Amino acid sequence: MELTGAEIFVRALKDEGVEYVFGYPGGAVLHIYDALYKQEAVKHILVRHEQGAAHAADGYARSTGRPGVVLVTSGPGATNALTGIATAYMDSIPLVVFTGQVMTYLIGDDAFQEVDAVGITRPCVKHNFLVKDVRDLAMTVKKAFHIASTGRPGPVVVDIPKDVTAQRAEYLYPKKISMRSYTPVCAVDDEQVGRAAKRLLEAKRPVVYAGGGVILSNASKALTELIRGLGYPCTNTLMGLGAFPATDPLFLGMLGMHGTYEANLAMHECDVMLAIGARFDDRVTGDLDKFAPNACIIHVDVDPASISKNVTPEIPIVGDAAEVLKRLAKALKSLNQRPDEAALKAWWRRINEWRAVDCLRYDRGSGVIKPQFVVEKLYELTKGEAFVTSDVGQHQMWAAQFYKFDAPRRWINSGGLGTMGFGLPAAMGVQIAHPGKPVACVTGEASIQMCIQELSTCKQYDLPIKVLNLNNRYMGMVRQWQEFIYQGRYSHSYMDALPDFVKLAESYGHVGILVDKPGDVEGALREAFAMKDRLVFMDFITDQTENVYPMIEAGKGHHEMRLSPEKGAASVERELA
Amino acid sequence: MRHIISILLENEAGALSRVAGLFSARGYNIESLTVAPTDDATLSRMTLVTRGSEDVIEQIMKQLNKLIDVVQIVDLTEGAHIEREMLLVKVCVNGKEREEVARLAGIFRGRIIDVTETTYTIELTGAADKLDAFVKTLGSSIIREVVRSGAIGIARGERSLHP
Repeated sequence: MELTGAEIFVRALKDEGVEYVFGYPGGAVLHIYDALYKQEAVKHILVRHEQGAAHAADGYARSTGRPGVVLVTSGPGATNALTGIATAYMDSIPLVVFTGQVMTYLIGDDAFQEVDAVGITRPCVKHNFLVKDVRDLAMTVKKAFHIASTGRPGPVVVDIPKDVTAQRAEYLYPKKISMRSYTPVCAVDDEQVGRAAKRLLEAKRPVVYAGGGVILSNASKALTELIRGLGYPCTNTLMGLGAFPATDPLFLGMLGMHGTYEANLAMHECDVMLAIGARFDDRVTGDLDKFAPNACIIHVDVDPASISKNVTPEIPIVGDAAEVLKRLAKALKSLNQRPDEAALKAWWRRINEWRAVDCLRYDRGSGVIKPQFVVEKLYELTKGEAFVTSDVGQHQMWAAQFYKFDAPRRWINSGGLGTMGFGLPAAMGVQIAHPGKPVACVTGEASIQMCIQELSTCKQYDLPIKVLNLNNRYMGMVRQWQEFIYQGRYSHSYMDALPDFVKLAESYGHVGILVDKPGDVEGALREAFAMKDRLVFMDFITDQTENVYPMIEAGKGHHEMRLSPEKGAASVERELA
Repeated sequence: MRHIISILLENEAGALSRVAGLFSARGYNIESLTVAPTDDATLSRMTLVTRGSEDVIEQIMKQLNKLIDVVQIVDLTEGAHIEREMLLVKVCVNGKEREEVARLAGIFRGRIIDVTETTYTIELTGAADKLDAFVKTLGSSIIREVVRSGAIGIARGERSLHP
């Protein structure tokens, strides 16, 4: 039987196992919305802005491992979604984004709500398609999911002209697909793995540097077993938090620009570095000329282009993290050799000295609310089991530093693109994927206002997200840089004319709580999390001048961290010398 | 160093812009680029001439390989290969110059393919440096217009690029 393009589209989503579509209707996708209306298998979540749809689908994908699906109309629908697409692209998140398009015969005519969606999304997608013939529609949907979710994942855009959704064709959805031009995973080179195993066992000062790739390939368990077997220290990137349990004594914390003292110094001083599912991002490495000067680097990545892009490893291994870890464990076993215990003991002694510096220390006796304290309390209260999304800036770093993630896919943030406005809609996707589970959005008064309209979506679908607004009346990270680098000239980083967030939350039908005393933080959090069926917006009035430490400024190396004035920085300098 | 990269890609709308976009987005140079369908209508063959350090060329190859439309890719300059480019040049020639230019074209194995009372149009095929030499020899004072196809290339011997 022949179906319309719109019916084919919806059937294909169903056959692909899609549970939720995050979207917003408009002229070019009305046939599709009509087809959605007539069925129940694929549920649609109506957002308030297309950027929110992309972030929500992204949060869904990050927290489940399944591709997130977005449906928006042509023109502004597509351009509004673009920030969300780029966000997913930078963090290698599988998204399939369907954009409506004007009629095929109008393409190029500057028609109403026309934009070259394939053209404008091209630099920030893994691939994209324009479907010009209804007979290609089902196959293109299949290809889109295949490409988005295999190899190094990423967003795929499918642009569908309105007339294609009205035309008819036989429906045939392929179960499997192969493309001659796309072979996402190649065989792992066991010889390289063998070399890596040998080098790892010879190490005197080893470190494992694991990133988001470990989480994307569901390799956290394999990584944890391998590291525990060796007794080596492990640090995670911002994207990799949760890949290795944060409460494990072998964990050094996050590394990089706002990484811990011990993680960054271990990177700087190590002699063998196993980098896995990480891409030597500039926020991680600091000045490349000063990066890990004595290290033999083993780099495992599914994307060959990530290898030797910024840092040239001695032992490159192309492959999926889970597969490589499996083979690496086997290779280590077959060598039947223990690591150098004496050297390792000495190495841990040094690391523990660095740890004793307590680089994340902050003033606990303060009369104003310290943002770190709020995150610590959130961690204690949720026993580390919450899903935590964040926006971008200081609060993001504090959430990363102070919430100890023991499991993967719990920490949801925009690491690569650094998209303010990500946190709330991402939390919606997470909450929809995990009903009944605690979901917290740690945000700031600047970021939250970039997608605040989604509070309305949260009301519509009864999403009981807990929003922690760390309100310091500044774009905190901008202010911090202006303090350090621009002699305190706070150019346009002050958030004047803020709304009353409590009233704002209430007007959307939620619960708002104002917290302005340190003594009230825990009580407010308890109260909020006790309201299991309500979104609670907590507006924490925090210290305006608090900075994120440690910090590696531009042009500095891992050993040149700026530490909190809270602690005796001088003694640290001496120790380094 | 100068590299000639041969790419076999799906003959799809937009495939060319993916390659060109990659080069501009990542700041790589394109010295020349030619593309046309092959004997297999579903495939296009692109020849791209670029310059860069070994590291940059390695990244270019890897990034090109990542493009979903790219089926196969080879850096021809890694092995023995043949390079050709076509040049059409229009020159203003009068009197005695006409004989001299015709003789020069002959020396370079070029052909005069269009003649007017005041102009010649000469077609010349060869590697880029031969074309450069010919243009230089003619001299800018008589050249009206230069059109070059950009280089195409193929590996010597058995080596070939096919899906």
